[in-house]
Order: sequence, then C-alpha cells, then structure tokens
Amino acid sequence: MKEKLVLVGNGMAGMRTVEELLTIAPDKFDITVFGAEPHGNYNRILLSPVLAGEKTIDQIMINDLDWYAERGITLHIGQDIVEIHRARREVKSADGTVAPYDRLLLATGSNPFILPIPGNDLPGVIGFRDIRDVETMLAAARTGKNAVVIGGGLLGLEAANGLMKQGMQVTVVHVLDTLMERQLDPVAADMLRVNLEERGLRFLMGAQTAALLGEERVRAVRFKDGLEISTDLVVMAVGIRPNIDLAKKVGIYCERGIVVNDTMQTYDPKVYAVGECVQHRGQCYGLVAPLWEQAKVCANHLARYGIGRYQGSVTSTKLKVTGIDLFSAGSFNGGPGCEEIVLRDPARGVYKKLVVRENRVQGAVLYGDTVDGSWYFQLLREGTDIGAFRETVLFGHAHMADSGRDGFSVMTMADDAEICGCNGVCKGAITKAIAEKKLFTLDEVRAHTKASASCGSCTGLVEQLLAATVGTIGKTPAEKPMCKCTEHSHDMVRTAIREQHLTSLARIFEALNWKNPDGCHSCRPALNYYLISTWPSEAKDDQQSRFINERVHANIQKDGTYSVVPRMWGGLTNPQELRAIADVADKFQIPTVKVTGGQRIDLLGVKKEDLPKVWADLNAAGMVSGHAYGKSLRTVKTCVGTDWCRFGTQDSTGLGVKLEKMTWGSWTPHKFKMAVSGCPRNCAEATIKDFGVVCVESGYEIHVGGNGGIKIRGTDLLCKLATEAEVKEYCCAFMQLYREEGRYLERTAPWIERVGLSYVKSRIVEDEENRQALCARFLESQQYAQIDPWAERAGGRVDAHEFQPLQRVG
Amino acid sequence: MYDWHEIGAIDDIPRLGSRVVQTPHGDVAVFRTADDQVFALRDRCPHKGGPLSQGIVHGHRITCPLHNWVLELESGQAVAPDVGCATHYPVRLEDGRLWLGLNNVLSLPTAAPAIA
Repeated sequence: MKEKLVLVGNGMAGMRTVEELLTIAPDKFDITVFGAEPHGNYNRILLSPVLAGEKTIDQIMINDLDWYAERGITLHIGQDIVEIHRARREVKSADGTVAPYDRLLLATGSNPFILPIPGNDLPGVIGFRDIRDVETMLAAARTGKNAVVIGGGLLGLEAANGLMKQGMQVTVVHVLDTLMERQLDPVAADMLRVNLEERGLRFLMGAQTAALLGEERVRAVRFKDGLEISTDLVVMAVGIRPNIDLAKKVGIYCERGIVVNDTMQTYDPKVYAVGECVQHRGQCYGLVAPLWEQAKVCANHLARYGIGRYQGSVTSTKLKVTGIDLFSAGSFNGGPGCEEIVLRDPARGVYKKLVVRENRVQGAVLYGDTVDGSWYFQLLREGTDIGAFRETVLFGHAHMADSGRDGFSVMTMADDAEICGCNGVCKGAITKAIAEKKLFTLDEVRAHTKASASCGSCTGLVEQLLAATVGTIGKTPAEKPMCKCTEHSHDMVRTAIREQHLTSLARIFEALNWKNPDGCHSCRPALNYYLISTWPSEAKDDQQSRFINERVHANIQKDGTYSVVPRMWGGLTNPQELRAIADVADKFQIPTVKVTGGQRIDLLGVKKEDLPKVWADLNAAGMVSGHAYGKSLRTVKTCVGTDWCRFGTQDSTGLGVKLEKMTWGSWTPHKFKMAVSGCPRNCAEATIKDFGVVCVESGYEIHVGGNGGIKIRGTDLLCKLATEAEVKEYCCAFMQLYREEGRYLERTAPWIERVGLSYVKSRIVEDEENRQALCARFLESQQYAQIDPWAERAGGRVDAHEFQPLQRVG
Repeated sequence: MYDWHEIGAIDDIPRLGSRVVQTPHGDVAVFRTADDQVFALRDRCPHKGGPLSQGIVHGHRITCPLHNWVLELESGQAVAPDVGCATHYPVRLEDGRLWLGLNNVLSLPTAAPAIA
C-alpha cells in the first residue's frame, strides 16, 4: 500500500516539493494537499507584474485544478488546517475534513508584517501577498486616487510601481534614508530613488508612521512628526513573518520560523517543512531560489533516496520593475579586509560594484546594467579566484570573450543552451556538475556529465566552461598518459615498442609496468594497433583487444545487429555484384539497403550468426570486405574522369581503383579515406579526404589532412605530381608516415595540425630516400594485411566461436 | 533457487572474451577473464541495452560496445560515475565443464536491483 503524504500549504515551495517527488518517486505516496487560498498553485513572484497590468492571473498559474486531478492528488482548496494530531498522525481542516498521514509537509509560507499601530485593521489596509491582495489593490485603483505604500524594500517598490501603473498617485513611506537597504548600497539606492521619482512616485524618507486614520475605511496616514497625508489605500510592505501559528500550536519547535535540519525535517521527524515558514541554520528566506533548493532536498528525502542536504543558500535579487535594471547579491557593504571595485557612469545611468576579498567576489550591486548579474553571482557562489581578470571584471563577461576563441564566450550562453549534442547535455548541467562534484579535469567532466564524451566536437566549449567555472585550467600536458593504466604517453609507448622490440601485449605490460594486468578498453586497442603496425610480420593480432566491429568485421548497430559493406573498388560495381547483393538481402531478410557517402552499398540489420553466410555469398560473387568498420583504409571515392566526363583530365576512376587495390586491408590509427577527382570541379570531394587527388591537365595535385566529419577541415596541398606511379608512391609514403607517427584514434587532420604540414613535406616531398623507405615499409606490411577477413571467417577457419551461441537452454 | 544448466567447456570461451547463452527469456553473456574466472551477466547494458557479450573484457570488468559503460563482472554494477546494474547469474566450473545457474522462480528477473 502507498504511504500517505499530506501537504499543508498549496504554495510554491510545497508544490515544488511535490513536483520533484512525482518526478523521482511517482508511485510512492498518496498525496493530499490543503490550501487556504481558493486557487490552484500560482507563481507568487509574478504578482507584481499582474498588479502592473503586464500579466494576467491566468498567466501566473503554475498548476490548475485539472493538473492535480490528472496526477491523482487530492486537493482541498480554501481550507485552513486547524489541528494536527501528531500521535494519531492526522490533520483536520476548518470544515472538519480529516486526513491521515505517514509524512506531513508544512509549507505555510509567511504573512506580511502588519505594523502595530492604531487603525491597522481598517478596510483598505492590506499587505502584498496573494491574489486577493492584488484584487483589492486593483479595485482601489478603479475608485480611489491616492495610495500609500509603507516600506521601501523590494516588495514595497514593486507594489508602488504597480499601483502607479494603475493610475494612482503613490507615496512610498520608508523609515530609513535609503531604499532597499537590504539589497542596495546608498549610491545605488539613490539612483533608484531618483529614477522612480522621475517616473512619478513620491517618497517620504526617514518617516515613521504613527497611525492610520479613518472610520469606515482608511482615509489618511499620520506620521510621528504630525504630518498627515490623505489616502484611499495603504499597503503594508515592511517585511514578512514566517507563518508558524499552526506548527507552534501543535508543539513543533519554532523560533522565528519552524526549525528544520539539513534534510528539511522538523523536530518531529515525520513532519517536514519547506519555504518561507522555515528557519534553517538560523536563517529565514523570502526569495524563491532557496525554496527550490529546499524542495529538491526535501523531495529526495521523502523518496528515501537519502541523498542531498540543504546547506543554506546565497541569494540574489532582481527588482521586477519594468525599465529598471537592478541586481544585488551577497554582502555588498564590505567589511574588514574587503575591497570594492566600482564602475560609475552617470551619463548612462550605470553603477556596478563588486565587493571582493582576497580576489573572491563577496557581493555585487548592479544598477542600470545587470546583464552580468548571473555571472557575478556564479563567481560569488563558486568562490572563483578573479585575479586573472580582475582589471576587466566590471566590463562584464562578454568583454572576457575578446581573449577567447573567435570572440565567442560560452559563459554568455544560457544555462539551458545545449553544449553536447550527442548526449544532450546543457550548459547548466555541466557547470552544476563542475561546482557540485568539484571537477577539475576534462576527463572528470566527461565521466560525470558525458559532455564531449562522444564525438568530442564540443571539447573546446567544455574546456572553456571548466576554465571559467574552476578559475584556471591546467593546459593539457603534451605528454598525457595513454589511459589510467599507465603513466606513459602514446608516443613513449610507441617508442618503447620499437626500441625494445616488444611484440606482444604481455611484453608491453611487463616492460612498461602496466598498472592493470590486462589493460582496459581504451589502451588495449591502441596497443594492439601499435604492435601490428610496428611489427607486421611478428606481432600477433589480438582479437580480444579489438573493438567489436574490427573483431567481427562488421559494424554493430544500436540493436545489436550488424551492417555489412562489401568493397566496390573505386566505387565501381556491375550487374553481377548488384544481383548478388540483392540476393543476399532477400535470402537473409536484410531490412535496410543504403548507398553510403563513400560510394558503397550498406546492408543494415544483419543478425550476427548470419554474418559468415552473408560473407560467403558475397565472396562467391567476387566481393571482399569493405572495411567500413575499421580503423583502416575505408574507401576511395572517384568521379568518372576521362572515360566519360567531358571535363575529365585524367583517368580518375582507374587511378582510384589502383590506389584502393594497393592500400586496402591496411590498419591505420583512425579511419582513412581517399578520393580521386578527375578535374578541379572535384566531384569526388577529394579536398575533405585524408588523402585526395585532384587531376589537372598537367598531372595530379596531392591533398592531405582533410576531414568532412565532426569538424570539417579542408585539405592542405602537399605537392603536385606528374605520373600515376608517383601518386601511388606518395600515397603509400603518406599513409605509412601517418601509420607510424599518428596516435591511435587521431585522424590525419589533427595529426597534421599537431606536427605541421612542413614536417610532413620534409619527410615525404623533400626527402626522396625517406619517402621510398616509407613506401617500402608500407608495401611490406600490406603482405600481411591483404587477406580478406570475410573469406577466412566465411569458411569457418577463423573465430568460429564469435558467431555461434555457446549454448541454448530452456 | 537455481536451475543449473551445463553450457560447455571453459575453453569454448576465449580468454578476455565472451559467449552468449540463449534462453527463452533473453541472452546471457558468459565472460572469461585473464585469470580464467567465468562470470555471467544478462546480455543487456543497463544504459541503452547494448550487448555486453560484444564488449572488451579487462580485469573483472566489461566495457559495453555501444557507449563504453564499464560494468563489474562480479556484480553487474556499473562503475562510477555511471549508475545501473545488469542482472548477474552464478557460474560453476566442475571438471572443466561450465554450469550456469538460472533463476527458476519467476523466469529470469528482468529488473535490476534497486540502487541506493
């Protein structure tokens, strides 16, 4: 049976808790909600815009009555709870409704503080708290002319602004000399007052209210100094008091508010409390952000997740008066050891002040330009060391971007902006993980958030976020360890394999003191590649260190089936091959047949146990593995060249076929694609390939290091050659240089950017001897590589265990 | 508690490799580690259902081929920071023959145990 949760208070904090709870443990509780107000749940913060006529009541409803019904929540509106019987665990409302509970959540909010002065109970004297107050004010604005708002704080000014917008003549009475003294320093407060006066508000500063006068209804306010001003409405906005009457009455321990611990439990552990009614570590909150944090913790605890503690909040404030930009956070008045960084521009009406201690932001007041409020608030909460950009910090975050890449800064992006498209990770999730989990490295961010863990194209953004959030980021060390199994870098391991003549994984692990006896999924494939590329005739290819695609020579799909791409030399095929492919697709009921970008045909959705039979049939028609699954030569894409094309300058198709026949089967650090275009129109898109040939009348342009994938990179022109024989030699030499010096999983594009084009030229173009040696090593290695893996497996000679289940039971 | 099924010899599985046992309730992946221990997990990664039998075995762990989640072979638990669990089954080795224990109460459990 479900447990029963009763919520007293249908406001923002309580209902946010319920919403959080429904998300993480939707079936845990039967939920009953009691609300004193006769509505669903609405966004109290937006009452100011409603009063100002900028929003309607409907627009600020969060959950209407249907919402509760749809979720099976029993809602009693317009009902005060008058009794809680803690021993029997039940609550009773004013009309006698009784509801039992296993867990009780108090979210009774706060009440406006009403000054203890004569006349404070007259009609026309209200607080500014709920929809009824707003309705009262709107009614008064229709009939009356003058209004007095007592209290020059956030709430009072928003009320005054709203009433003025409704056409009333409004006087704001404040007991101190500066407005919003809890949020603003005197300078900003003065700027605000002047601005509001220009809009038509009147202020009585340092004025103490003595009495409210009137008989049937309030008609005037009298001050201590004897001054009287007439009015049709008095709004008391001098503060709020946590509403603790009910809790107190039933003996739950209260001070200023209902005292709760870090899991939002009161002294009765079956009774929780959240929102403005609580007192946590001596602090009561009247702003919304802390309520959200409390709600999250409370919901987690109610769901018995046992994670999350509420540790208090640092709050920030924005004044919701249209046309006035004001932001305040933290301790803005300084103190011992504090310094102030101030920017004042009276002409623009801008004032910015940061209070800093030991290069960490303690507080911020912004007036006139609050764009960077959230950034400063972030610096404040996270205790970021601003030493590095202290001189420019007041110019805002956009200014920082000047030193960033492309004048763009990730920090100016919104929290819900997506950073990592592969894994759907937004900026807020990343910065949150960095702050909460105290992450310092890119790898940690990847592990915890998955951001940039898939395609990696957002790595730069994630690094920027890390830098901005953590403060500084250690430059990626040039000699980064290969993985957690070793301290050695890729290059160091490779050198050791060559110089110490290491020919097996076991010998590498032993010679280089590998920390894990059989490595991990990250290092083993890399080491296996280094072994077979360095010692092609000696090293044994270790199938268990191959990624599944290379182990079974097909591409694994999301559902565990495979795709099969037969080789079509240079993109050429013929009716016999096509018939064989069609027959295979029919025979094995292959659901999808697709033409690929590399001019091949992809058979998708092949069952693993069918793979050898599919290969046997394709072999019979003369086709071999297309290596579409490997870190290896993929395809040579061609256009039709002089055979058919009226623009063709050379036999591009023929050259493509020759290049493919020469290089197929070779393993490379990452996939390797080629293309040959018959003229500079470049229909084969050779200039985004790892090795591209563009034919011209006088010969062949050789282009290298292109990449059309995640991050597009056009090729660099390596050189121009006269004959096909030269093209083949350069092709082998380039592939071999990459095979020997590229790091595993490094495409030619980043490899060339790392070592520089001039280096590649110096080894291949300018050093004939070396070029020929590279070429010879490549061709030597090909003797061991050009064995069709499909034919080996189709005959059942190799790895038969891969394709058959061990056993069928049941 | 368990129905024990003879599934083959230990050498039917390559070291650092895996084979699949098909059952009416889904595939079970049987892994052999470098130290010749054998473990069995449901052949579905708790992340996106990837076939764990196709992954790379290292130490007493398996890396899923689809998105590189790493799971403990002994418990089926994902290695932090990932959270999830693949059901694991007991395997006995007797005279070089492998026996797989399948739950005989309610077919195979499909739900992973709750994570604290």
